[in-house]
Amino acid sequence: MNITHHFDDATLMAYSAGSLPQGMALLVACHLHWCPHCRERSEQTDAIGGALLNQLAPTRLNDDALNAVLARLDEPEQEFASVKHDTVSSAAAAELPAPLAQMLGKPIDQLPWKRIGYGVRQLDLELDGPGATRLLRISPGVSVPHHTHGGNELTLILRGSYNDEIGRFCMGDVADLDDDVSHQPIVDTNEDCICLIATDAPLKFSGLMGRLVQPFIGL
Amino acid sequence: MQENDAEGGDVNAAAITPQNTTSEERRKQVRDEWSACLTNLAETRDKSEFARLFGYFAPRVKSYILRLGMPDATAEEVTQEAMLLVWRKAHLFNRTKASASTWIFTLARNQSIDRMRREKMALYELPEEEPDPDHRDMGEHLVIEGRMKAAIDTLPENQAQVLHLSYYEGKSHSEIADQLGIPLGSVKSRLRLAFSKLKAHWGEDA
Ligand SMILES: [Zn+2]
Repeated sequence: MNITHHFDDATLMAYSAGSLPQGMALLVACHLHWCPHCRERSEQTDAIGGALLNQLAPTRLNDDALNAVLARLDEPEQEFASVKHDTVSSAAAAELPAPLAQMLGKPIDQLPWKRIGYGVRQLDLELDGPGATRLLRISPGVSVPHHTHGGNELTLILRGSYNDEIGRFCMGDVADLDDDVSHQPIVDTNEDCICLIATDAPLKFSGLMGRLVQPFIGL
Repeated sequence: MQENDAEGGDVNAAAITPQNTTSEERRKQVRDEWSACLTNLAETRDKSEFARLFGYFAPRVKSYILRLGMPDATAEEVTQEAMLLVWRKAHLFNRTKASASTWIFTLARNQSIDRMRREKMALYELPEEEPDPDHRDMGEHLVIEGRMKAAIDTLPENQAQVLHLSYYEGKSHSEIADQLGIPLGSVKSRLRLAFSKLKAHWGEDA
């Protein structure tokens, strides 16, 4: 995978700080699984948290806190409920980054896609807000209406590619956009472009097409 | 406790640090000590080692979790759970990737996020990685963190403020923008500026 578009520093800092909504955190984790460059950067943003932890004035714990924890050290360790590797199909694991494969459990082509307009299908992951997290599957030649963002929008390309005012985005690339950017992505090969999109606020479409399509897509 | 790693030093020495060391050296010794202690813990499973780690980190973890806005009783509980994870996951601590305090910070953060999302969500663990020959060794990580701390202390007030609101209070960038009455773009640019200053310390030779 040849990744050329990465996260903004501020996004990785929010990830390290734990302040991203669930879907955006999922998307960041997915890209980190694919991108050694951002993994190293995220170690740096984590280290800010470590340095700050050292600076905090200690708070007294309950008197029995240490004993309570010591008493639990020998408890049999229950498997973390999240790690159900056996339920993740190997096809899903092969084409999706691990956090998404774990969540979906199925390969891309077996997901219950919903058609939401000409050449566009989506799957809402229905995660905690604010904002929304969805998979979009866009047919070749189709363009998503021009839009800006009330807040931040992260996009991770899972398959295929698109082009917009910023550049060309291929598998593994992320587009990290905020309210300063207006763009109109168009799928530029004969393959569907499948991407994970997470926002922390509703998108604002511009132009007639945008106004017509927004209530329909519900983006 | 056995301490064979010269880099880690004698963990007991830190408790009786000579008076003539500078405070920065002293801090570095303390950090060295905890990373060595955590590495040993994975092998020895020595509960008295764990109790020492607990004594230092648990009260700081609790402060952190309280800052995130959790009520005291919940913060106490989540702190204890996070410290239990320190014991259980000690074998995953990789001193070439992070210092003890950074690693414990990430555990406490994940545990807090997990608690805040009612539903039991998967925590997204990063893959086990092959050793990277270019990767900085532990000594450098500790130096980096020490410098990072020093650098954080010297950030301009408006950059330190957004850094604290983000990391300590878990506020989103939009929430910080609302709270300070500045545009979202300004919050991000302050964070980027802060990070580029801190990052400069990361790249320097020891
Ligand atoms: Zn990247």
